[in-house]
Amino acid sequence: MSTITKKILLHPIFSNNPVALQILGVCSALAVTTSMQVTLVMCIALTTVTAFSNLSISLIRNQIPSSIRIIVQMTIIASLVIVVDQVLKAYAFGISKQLSVFVGLIITNCIVMGRAEAFAMANPPGVSFLDGIGNGLGYSVVLIFVASIREVLGAGKFFGMTVLPVVNDGGWYVPNGMLLLPPSAFFLIAIFIWLLRDWKKDQQEAPDFKALPQVNKEAM
Amino acid sequence: MASNKDSIGNTIKTAFLVCLVSSIIVSFSAIALRPLQDANKVREVKKNILAAAGLYDESLTVEEQFGAITTRIVDLRTGKYAPDMDVDAYDQRKASKDPAQSEKLVASDDIASIKRMENYAKVYAVEENGEIKTLILPIRGYALWSTLWGFVALESDLNTIVGLGFYEHAETPGLGGEIDNPKWKSIWPGKQVFDADGDVAVYIKKGSVNSSIATEKTHAIDGLSGATLTVNGVNNLLNFWLGNDGFAPFLNNLKAGGA
Repeated sequence: MSTITKKILLHPIFSNNPVALQILGVCSALAVTTSMQVTLVMCIALTTVTAFSNLSISLIRNQIPSSIRIIVQMTIIASLVIVVDQVLKAYAFGISKQLSVFVGLIITNCIVMGRAEAFAMANPPGVSFLDGIGNGLGYSVVLIFVASIREVLGAGKFFGMTVLPVVNDGGWYVPNGMLLLPPSAFFLIAIFIWLLRDWKKDQQEAPDFKALPQVNKEAM
Repeated sequence: MASNKDSIGNTIKTAFLVCLVSSIIVSFSAIALRPLQDANKVREVKKNILAAAGLYDESLTVEEQFGAITTRIVDLRTGKYAPDMDVDAYDQRKASKDPAQSEKLVASDDIASIKRMENYAKVYAVEENGEIKTLILPIRGYALWSTLWGFVALESDLNTIVGLGFYEHAETPGLGGEIDNPKWKSIWPGKQVFDADGDVAVYIKKGSVNSSIATEKTHAIDGLSGATLTVNGVNNLLNFWLGNDGFAPFLNNLKAGGA
């Protein structure tokens, strides 16, 4: 693997993470991360859609008139999402019932649109495909981080298997119900961003303003 | 290239081709996967029949467990079994929309707002030595946003509820959607459908049941807050399907010794 393809595939995971650095696709990260199983299916669905939408948009990028490029991208993305939804309904019926509307909402996921517009419109199909997979993986890393904490501390389970026996089933662990509600994901995503920026200092943003001491010498 | 690509002709051509290819892909996947999806839906219905009867066990396949259930067709007009009908071929849902197999309901009788009532219904039973142990009846009716499709299961006395569940609806999640809440559904078993006069008496109350009142203890179910209109729908459909226009003649025939 050449360094350039490696960079395209792996950079979005930590160095240029779509959720943590670009703050895209947060909505579904809040909604589908209550259990690992559902999260994994969502990650696979999103990675597939991003990869193939990048591939097909890149294939016809020289043909797309700039006046209708967004609607062309949307048409392709929407078709792919419908296909993914149909496949889930056929092969993973239970999970598709739990994901319900969120598979359909991949259409509006900013990551898919963002990569199509920013990368696939300007790059050849091969690397665009890899870029789609890379960004899907970047999204997946954040979701899996959030979901593993939420499922273990919120429900005492991991992939549906009991890790911490909860009080309701005769165990000792009192589950934190807040972690099963969407707001908790805000905190967890923020913690992820904090850890990431502490590790990769170049992602830290310059402060918007600097607090001055409250009293200066002239006033005294 | 750039000027050519942005011409009106090319814009229309690209738009047309993208739509054409996308629609072919979408329709191909929808048609190719239809049989699998239909099989899933059938399994989901069977699972709900088992769940209503309190028999569903996650560790076994639905098909294995469904072997314990006998399916029969009932003529709703006479309340008797229709043994010459083909159980596997009969699609009750389709029949309820087909003018040849259903009858239009007069608005005053149509308390469940289902508009048309099919002539035949599929009923499911768990039997032991030819005696019905649990009887599962299909029920449906319009609530706030959607038709609720479900089952109610009765014990061998044809009066005590074993369970109730809806397999398809589009009520608001968290409000009307709470009719799927397992805790709420667990209130139903043990309640009596009919009162001493043989009228449908089971109902969902506003607020919680006061168990010191005898009629409430035997017939009433706790209400769901924020779901009044959905709950009204459930009450209406129970009154309809367990009443004289619904399964009451069939249940009376069974009680009298056979249908």
